[in-house]
Amino acid sequence: MKELRRVSLGILVLFGTLFASTTVIQVFQVDNLRVDPRNVRTLYDSYSAERGSIIVGTTSIAESLPSDDVYAFQRSYVGGGLYAPVTGFYSINHGISGLESAMNDQLSGQSNAQFFDQVLALVTGTNPRGASIELTINAAIQQAARDALGDLTGAAIALDPKTGRILALVSTPSYDPNDMASHDADATAATYQSLLDSSNSPLDNRAIASTLYHPGSVFKLVVAAAALDSGAMTVNSTVPNPAKLVLPQSASSISNSGGGKCGKGDTVSLAEALQRSCNIPFAEIGLQLGESTIRDYAEKFGFGATVEIPMAATPSVYPSGMDDAQLMLSSFGQFDVRVSPLQIAMVTSAIANGGKLMKPTVIDSVLAPDLSPLTTFEASEYSVPISAETSQLMVQLMINNVQNGVASNAAISGVSVAGKTGTAENGDGQPYTLWFTGFAPAEDPQVVVVVMVENGGGLGQRGTGNAVAAPIARTIMKAVLSR
Amino acid sequence: MSAPLSNLDNTTITEQLLLRLKIPTKLRNLEAALILFAMVITSFALALVDLGATGKLNVSIIGLSLGLGAIVLALHVAQRFVARDADPLILPIVTLLNGLGIAMIHRLDIANGLTGWQSQATRQMVWTAIAIVVAIAVIVVVRNHRVLQRYRYLWMAAGIFLLLLPLVPFIGVTINGARLWVNLGIVSFQPGEIGKIALALFFAGYLVTARDSLSMVGKKFLGVRWPQFKDLGPIFVVWMVAMMVLIFQRDMGTSLLYFGLFLVLMYVATGRAIWFVVGGGLFGAGAFVASRFLTYVEGRFTAWLDSFNPAVYEAVGGSYQLVQGLFGFASGGVIGTGFGAGHPGIVPLAESDYIVASLGEELGLVGIFAILSLYLLFISRGMRIGINGADDFGRLLAVGLTFVIALQVFIVIGGVTRVIPVTGLTTPFLAAGGSSLVANWIIVALLLRLSDTVRHQRDGGDAA
Repeated sequence: MKELRRVSLGILVLFGTLFASTTVIQVFQVDNLRVDPRNVRTLYDSYSAERGSIIVGTTSIAESLPSDDVYAFQRSYVGGGLYAPVTGFYSINHGISGLESAMNDQLSGQSNAQFFDQVLALVTGTNPRGASIELTINAAIQQAARDALGDLTGAAIALDPKTGRILALVSTPSYDPNDMASHDADATAATYQSLLDSSNSPLDNRAIASTLYHPGSVFKLVVAAAALDSGAMTVNSTVPNPAKLVLPQSASSISNSGGGKCGKGDTVSLAEALQRSCNIPFAEIGLQLGESTIRDYAEKFGFGATVEIPMAATPSVYPSGMDDAQLMLSSFGQFDVRVSPLQIAMVTSAIANGGKLMKPTVIDSVLAPDLSPLTTFEASEYSVPISAETSQLMVQLMINNVQNGVASNAAISGVSVAGKTGTAENGDGQPYTLWFTGFAPAEDPQVVVVVMVENGGGLGQRGTGNAVAAPIARTIMKAVLSR
Repeated sequence: MSAPLSNLDNTTITEQLLLRLKIPTKLRNLEAALILFAMVITSFALALVDLGATGKLNVSIIGLSLGLGAIVLALHVAQRFVARDADPLILPIVTLLNGLGIAMIHRLDIANGLTGWQSQATRQMVWTAIAIVVAIAVIVVVRNHRVLQRYRYLWMAAGIFLLLLPLVPFIGVTINGARLWVNLGIVSFQPGEIGKIALALFFAGYLVTARDSLSMVGKKFLGVRWPQFKDLGPIFVVWMVAMMVLIFQRDMGTSLLYFGLFLVLMYVATGRAIWFVVGGGLFGAGAFVASRFLTYVEGRFTAWLDSFNPAVYEAVGGSYQLVQGLFGFASGGVIGTGFGAGHPGIVPLAESDYIVASLGEELGLVGIFAILSLYLLFISRGMRIGINGADDFGRLLAVGLTFVIALQVFIVIGGVTRVIPVTGLTTPFLAAGGSSLVANWIIVALLLRLSDTVRHQRDGGDAA
């Protein structure tokens, strides 16, 4: 009867492959199969579950309302474009974006923390409900930032440097996520196409994840911090002060903005170079420090990393393998240095917070459907790029920048404001990218504000960071301080 | 499968335990209790389907399912008279599988908005009733399975007739590309399903007499002793028939099923594994040639190997169904969505060919494992009958009938889970389909009869 034993064994092997194949599909391939765009079940399920709300203060800025069609619920956004850079949209045929995507597991009730709720829903036959998310965003500050940017194309971020809590995250122009959440597939397709075709890219989240920008002079904060923290220089260290500098192995030369020397002397100190935001001294400082030192600091500030707030920010770039001319250009934020406004906020936030960079986030807490907290806010440290001593020096330099330097338009009476402007060139004849980053009050920072304005604020090459970006930042800081 | 395999006179502890269990009333009482248990589970499944999908309890369908349970109990009672020693697990297992199938089909009716005589579940229940009545008739009429051996050439004729019947003009119907159906005006059925029983009977009967010559050893070549050339006749004939099914009826699954059944029985009868080499080679060559020249076979292979390619996915006869079935499995995950809470209706033929995907979606991996375990248990009972069989014909028949179920389960679920290319077979007992139900319930009746004979003979002491 060994034949029968072998046939039995053969059958066992056949069934073994079935046990294995079903396990592979239902356990190991589940994630791949669920996200396949051809899998409409995922869509139906995500709609049939009552998706959690996204809450700012006491208002649900995104919520699911019952609807009569196959999807059971309609996603509705309060405030139209105001919160679109945070929430993103939730569409039936063009995917999901922003926080809706980054926190989809929680909002749809699929996260591991909600496992027992899922089982309970299964057993009781009730529809599962997603968790709600309370944001760190402050409605008044968000509105103030949005209003301050007005019709300009750009972005603004306000965050608490001590905790990393993002208080406002604005990108202009924006779009109304309600148009994308419609259950009329043709209408959303038309909306989506027109948003894509629009010349000023309203779908881009300029604060964190669109194309990156030249930082211009705000990058001098990184170079100055590297120079001081590495011990290579002090604030009083000087470099030669020519009015024009021919780049090594190159026919082209650089000059300080506005032409001329940086102050009157034959040499210029690091402090004065930053106060006047001069390019030539920083090119010289960068060359002294070398690419690898600057990169070490840049990366500790977050360059090169995908920071998730929890929406993923585009990693900012500090170029590698530069020759001396490129290193000098990059040291005042030109050449191939490219950043997101969030990155600049992180640099500034580390300086404001005694050298400690707190991980930025928009999530305050995650609430179960019964409003019991699943997770509560805990500040977490991202890195410590510079020492407390360096940070104090940097704060003083930045205060000086506002009080006596080129960031004067950020000043608020009765409050000491620290700041740095940037006016980044984008090539011949191209309008500048205008920056301001700063914090207030300088001695006990409540808020870091970064403002970035594209297209020279409509002023072409006449716009400057101090003229356009700094007043916007001042408005936002005032909104925070008067809270 | 724990019984002694090599020597029947050698009594082990297991066997002694088994002997003690063999007090007839105990066996039948155990069976009755398990049938009731299967009916309870089925009723719960039906209740959950309606509660899950519509939120309301549908009492009438549970009542109908209990009516079916009563017919199963009638089969049970019949056994008390004519097959007192029959295996007590087979009937409850099949009752449960059949019941779960009805529950799932009812669930898909709800998804598709089918009621009354349009309802697949109603039809499935009617067919189940017919199938069980036929099974009762078989177990009552066939009191001694050895009679069946006498008519082996009649079975052959019947098997081939049934197999090729769909090719007859006017009555043969092509559904989903395969010409497997016969339409007799009021009712259409798949004669091949019944044909597999006739062929199992024929193979068993034929091989019992022919095995001596088939066991003869021929020349040694490439280090292996090959069969004598003149003994290759039968395997060629069966191979030709399998190829005809493949080419003219355009059905890979049935072709593979019959040929696999024949090879296994040939191996069991002769004890020579070389038949697997010869047969596997023949079938492999045939399938390879077919995949070159028959677009439908080629299409099945492409859909299997390159399922997620958008072009294959969107092609007519492409992988759409397969991929949607996989999505169903995935959305079920480990614990499933629960009855009535998934979207199994998205998959075409969710109630027949793809019922396993539907069950995987709503009952999850846990449910699939339970169903596979039920099949395995059923198969182990069948193999046990084969192993303990007193006469060679009964042994071969039990193995044949069991193996045909095992192979069919593998071909269907393997196809749906992408282990092998998809073929158009039904999942035994679960899937919607009348001919399949009748055929498989006849197999149940024959296995019950064989198991009764095994125990009866050994207890009565007239074993060989």
